[in-house]
Amino acid sequence: MNPLGPTPAILHASYVLAHAPDLVRYGSKPVREIGRDPSLLPQVTGSLRPWDEVVAYPPNQVFIGNLVPDDLASIPRPWYENRIDPAGSEGPFGRMVTQPALYGLMKLCDDFDLLAIDGELADQAGADLADFDHRRGRITGVDPAELRAMAEASNGLDLHQDGRRAGFIRTVHDQDESLSASVLLENLVCKATAVLAVSDLLRRARLAAGEIDYLLNCGEEAVGDRYQRGGGSLSKAVGEVVGCVNATGSDVKAFCSAPVHALIAAGAMVAAGVHRYVVVLGGGSQAKLGMKFGAHLRSGVPVMEDCLASMAFLVGPTGADGDGMGLRLDLAGKHPIGAGSSPKAVYEALVVEPLVRAGLRMTDIDRYAVEMHNPEITEPGGSGDVPKTNYRTLAAMAVLRREIERGDMDRFVAERGMPGFAPTQGHIPAGVPYLGHALEAMRHGSLDRAMIVAKGSLFLGRMTQLVDGVSFVVERPGSRPS
Amino acid sequence: MDLEDQANVNRLAETSGTDDMVVLLGQPDANSAGLFAETVTRGDPTWAGPLAGVPLGLPVYHVLEPEIKEQMDGDLYDEHVGLMELSADVDEIIKWVAVCRD
Repeated sequence: MNPLGPTPAILHASYVLAHAPDLVRYGSKPVREIGRDPSLLPQVTGSLRPWDEVVAYPPNQVFIGNLVPDDLASIPRPWYENRIDPAGSEGPFGRMVTQPALYGLMKLCDDFDLLAIDGELADQAGADLADFDHRRGRITGVDPAELRAMAEASNGLDLHQDGRRAGFIRTVHDQDESLSASVLLENLVCKATAVLAVSDLLRRARLAAGEIDYLLNCGEEAVGDRYQRGGGSLSKAVGEVVGCVNATGSDVKAFCSAPVHALIAAGAMVAAGVHRYVVVLGGGSQAKLGMKFGAHLRSGVPVMEDCLASMAFLVGPTGADGDGMGLRLDLAGKHPIGAGSSPKAVYEALVVEPLVRAGLRMTDIDRYAVEMHNPEITEPGGSGDVPKTNYRTLAAMAVLRREIERGDMDRFVAERGMPGFAPTQGHIPAGVPYLGHALEAMRHGSLDRAMIVAKGSLFLGRMTQLVDGVSFVVERPGSRPS
Repeated sequence: MDLEDQANVNRLAETSGTDDMVVLLGQPDANSAGLFAETVTRGDPTWAGPLAGVPLGLPVYHVLEPEIKEQMDGDLYDEHVGLMELSADVDEIIKWVAVCRD
């Protein structure tokens, strides 16, 4: 495909869910609503799920690869009542970790003593984090009296475990909102969850951390102090913890579509020979925990935005053994500024144009991965079934292009789409949760070609009315006729 | 309906009155179209926004309804709404919006 350099491939993927029930109260929506009405706090905590229910929740099992999306399609809703039994917290391309493990990760990522946890929590955390022997010594606890004194002497946020104050994160600068405890908490959980995803990725890839040349972070946190809020980079901070001593890195910011932008950029770096191994990573979004808790409470369903999600992808040259899946940079799609923002214009740009450019039809793509939001989370708040709407729109495009008959739209959706299974963690659901499944399916020879389509709501920052979008195609090595 | 949109509808109703106001929806599914329609007629059913407990009773239509479509330029309609008209459950959306309107 590229006579000048290596053909890039996505070699491995890893996904992490960190159970964070006691951080839900600090999500952007809950913290505002509970501030107005403190009686909501016990309602929220009373509607959170215990660890074993989170592990057994079918969409979470799909996220880490123990189930495939088609399995989810056959499990009746509500999924929170139809749990998987038995269910494991480790999957073929991901894992779930407990809240103590999350606190421990935050502590071992804490280079500025922002955070203190008690001894009991530190002991719980240390046991779960065997991958980090070189840093586990940082997970030290303080006694409860010291924690209490710290909380009384400083501005900051209490952190809870099992109903007790088990930690405290402090505000660094009282006059700098960017260094307030709430912003530092967002940044630290993003770093910590990304660290686990990258570590898990390299373990599965059996690749030494020192082999990584470059890190591209695509998370949605805003690292920096008041003079450069959001201008800072988290990629190198994550790489340092994992031990990627030969890597540097930078961040790609594009709202929800950032991971797909980053993967295209990573592929281009590999193809151009600038770097051999590039890791694309994204940590979890604290702000989005409990985002739809009000609708969940009113609907009598659990508050399901209770996990931070993170992910990491290894991009490198296609191996001699044909491992991984080819990243077809020649089929990268983009939504140009002048394209217009109607659904038709967006899908023409993202899906149809790159396929037509390569002489392909929409039906030449075996699976499309769009915004993969779990509908069980979004529907109570009136946001509908996001993936289903997107797949119906894609099917309508295929009808307009006379590739399928109108009566075949449902079949198009069933065969080339899938139910949403990703937590509503901003950049996480945008197409890329399917990459782990695509890798597995291509390894087994049951999938030849998939298109990953991401859209981003640029207008949320109030700097433009535009939307954004990018796409790429992944392909099983050797699946194309020569 | 997000809080900002609710606040805008509420502000317009308070400052300009509701006599000449019509709300036009574009949600792609019946569930969310119904929720939005209810918000501008009986008040925010989620009790989260400025229209909670505020029954404005505004006439509300969906862009897919025939009386709206026939007032629009055909080419423009196809460009912006055609794909949704093909992909959405039009009858169900119209039914739920009409329930709130009537």
